[in-house]
Amino acid sequence: MSVGIGGRLEARNLAKTYELKSGPREVISDFNLTLEPDTLTVVMGPSGCGKSALINLLAGYEDPTGGEIYLDGKRVQGPGPDRLVVFQETALFPWLTTFENVAYGPKIRKELKGANLERTVLDLLKLVGLEEFRDKYPSQLSGGMQRRAELARALINQPQATLLDEPFRGLDALTRSLMRDYYLDLFEKRKGTHLFVTAELDEGLTLADSLVIVTNRPATVKKILKVDLPRPRVEAIRAEKEYLALKAEALELLHEEAIKSFKAGGLNSADFVGAYAALA
Amino acid sequence: MSDTALPGLTAAPSLTDAPKALPPSGLWGRLGGGFSRWLKSSSPWLNLLGLVGFLLLWQLLSRVLKVPLFVKLPGPWETVVEWFSPRPVYGISVFTIEYYQHIGLSSLRVFLAFLLATGLGVPLGLLMGWKKTFSDYAFPILELLRPIPMLAWVPLAILMWPGRESSIVFLTFLGSFFATLLNSWLGVKSIDPAYFRAAASLGASESLIFKKIVWPGAMPFVFTGLQISVGYAWFSLVAGEMLAGEFGLGYLIWDSYILVQYPVIIIAMITLGLVGSLSSFIIRAIGNALIRWKVKENG
Repeated sequence: MSVGIGGRLEARNLAKTYELKSGPREVISDFNLTLEPDTLTVVMGPSGCGKSALINLLAGYEDPTGGEIYLDGKRVQGPGPDRLVVFQETALFPWLTTFENVAYGPKIRKELKGANLERTVLDLLKLVGLEEFRDKYPSQLSGGMQRRAELARALINQPQATLLDEPFRGLDALTRSLMRDYYLDLFEKRKGTHLFVTAELDEGLTLADSLVIVTNRPATVKKILKVDLPRPRVEAIRAEKEYLALKAEALELLHEEAIKSFKAGGLNSADFVGAYAALA
Repeated sequence: MSDTALPGLTAAPSLTDAPKALPPSGLWGRLGGGFSRWLKSSSPWLNLLGLVGFLLLWQLLSRVLKVPLFVKLPGPWETVVEWFSPRPVYGISVFTIEYYQHIGLSSLRVFLAFLLATGLGVPLGLLMGWKKTFSDYAFPILELLRPIPMLAWVPLAILMWPGRESSIVFLTFLGSFFATLLNSWLGVKSIDPAYFRAAASLGASESLIFKKIVWPGAMPFVFTGLQISVGYAWFSLVAGEMLAGEFGLGYLIWDSYILVQYPVIIIAMITLGLVGSLSSFIIRAIGNALIRWKVKENG
C-alpha cells in the first residue's frame, strides 16, 4: 500500500449563492481553507450551515458562484477521480456486487485489469473486513458494511483528496464507533488528504489533525483548531488534558454559532442549542 | 413476514453489524423454494375450493335456476365437454388443429407487436428519462397521443396499413407501446441522483453511464412496464381481431357470437386468459433472472 498519495486541496475565496424563489440565499461566502497533503481535516458547524454545499463544490458537482478550487496548485472544475466523495447515504450501485462496486473506478478507467485488479480489490476488501462478502449485493449487506464498501470503493482510486460527508450518520452507536475505528485504521495505514464532515464533536476530535469550525450561514471559516494528539489514536485519548481543553474550546465556538443559527431561525437549531448546552 | 418472526426483534437496529438474511440465489432456487412452501400451506386447497365454488355457482345460475341474465350463457360443464371433445359440435376443441391455429396466430401478432413496442419504447423512454432536452422534444407529442383510446385508431390503422395483418399488429403495438415508454422513463427518474454523481466522480464517460447506471437502474421499472404492456397488447389484439381479423382468438370470439356457437366464446375467452397469464409469467421470470440484485428482504 502506498503511503503519501495525498494532494494539497485549496479553496480560495469560495462562495456559493443559490437563487431561490424567496430570493438569493448566500450559503458559503469567502471560504478559505487549505487541506495539507496526507492530513485529516474535520469540518463542524451548525446544522444547515452549508457543509454539504461545501462538499458539492469541492467535488465539482456544483459550480461555485465565486472563488476557485486548486489541487496541488492546479485549478480543478467538475467531478473527477482525483476528489472522491463518500456520501451520507450509501451510493453503492445496487446492481453490482461488493467486488464489482469496489472495482468499478479502476475498471472503467482501464487502469487495472484481470488478476491485478482482483488482487487490489481483495486486499482492500480484506482491510475493511468484507472479503467474505465480495459476491453479495449492497441490499444484502448491513448499514455498517455498506459504508465500509463505500470507503473501499473510494480509496481504491487513490484519490488525491477524499471528501466524507457525515459518512456514519444514521448508524447505531455501536456500529458507528466500530466504523470510526475502521476508518481511523484505514487513514493511518494509507494516508491521503481527507476532509471529514461530522456533527459529533468526539468523533471529530478523535479523527482530526485539524478541526475547522464553520460559522452559521453563510458558511465561512471561524477558527481552525490544531489537534496535535499522537497517532495511532485510541479511545483513551479522550481522557487526556489536551483533548479535554480542545473539546471545551470547540464546544464554546460551536455554541456561539448555534445560538446565532437559533436566532436566525435556522433549521433544527433549537435541538442543536439544546444538545450543546447539555454537553457543556 | 413469516409467522414465527417476533415483530420486536425484526425492528431492532442491527447492533451486531451482521449481514441481512441471504435468500437463495437464482431464479429456480427462489421459485422452487416458494413452490414447495406453497404446496405445504393451506393456499392450494383454498385456491381449489374457490375455483370449484365459482364453477358450481356458474352451473347453478345458468343451468339449474335459469336466471334470465345467465340463461344464454353456456354452462361450465357443456363448455368443458366441448373443449376436450375429440369430435366437437362446433369444430373447436383441444383436438382440432384450428384451435391451435387461432392461438398461434394471436400469439404471433402479440409477439411481433410486443417486440416492436419494446424495441422502440424502452430506448426512447430511457433517453427521455436521461436527457432533459430529449424529453422536452418528445413530451408534448406523447402526452397528446397517449390518452387517445386504442379503438379510436382503428379506422386510421385500416386506412394506413396494407392488409389486415399489419393493421392488427399496429393496433396491438399502440396498446403496448405507451406503457413500455412511460415505465422506462419513470425507471430512469427513479434512479437516485447520487449514483450518477458517484459514477461521474469515478470517471465514467456518458456511454458508460448509460450502460452501467441508466440501463441497470431502470431495469425494475422497465420489466414492470413490460408486464403491463403485454396485458395491453392482448387487450388491443382482441379488439383489432374482432374488427379486422380472419383468424385469431379475438376473431373466434366474435365469429362464434355471430354463428351462435356460444360454448366456443367461453373456450376462446378462457384460452385468452391462459395465454395472457403465461406471457406475463414469462416476462416476470426473465425480469427476475436479470434483476438478481433486487433482493426481497425477507427472502
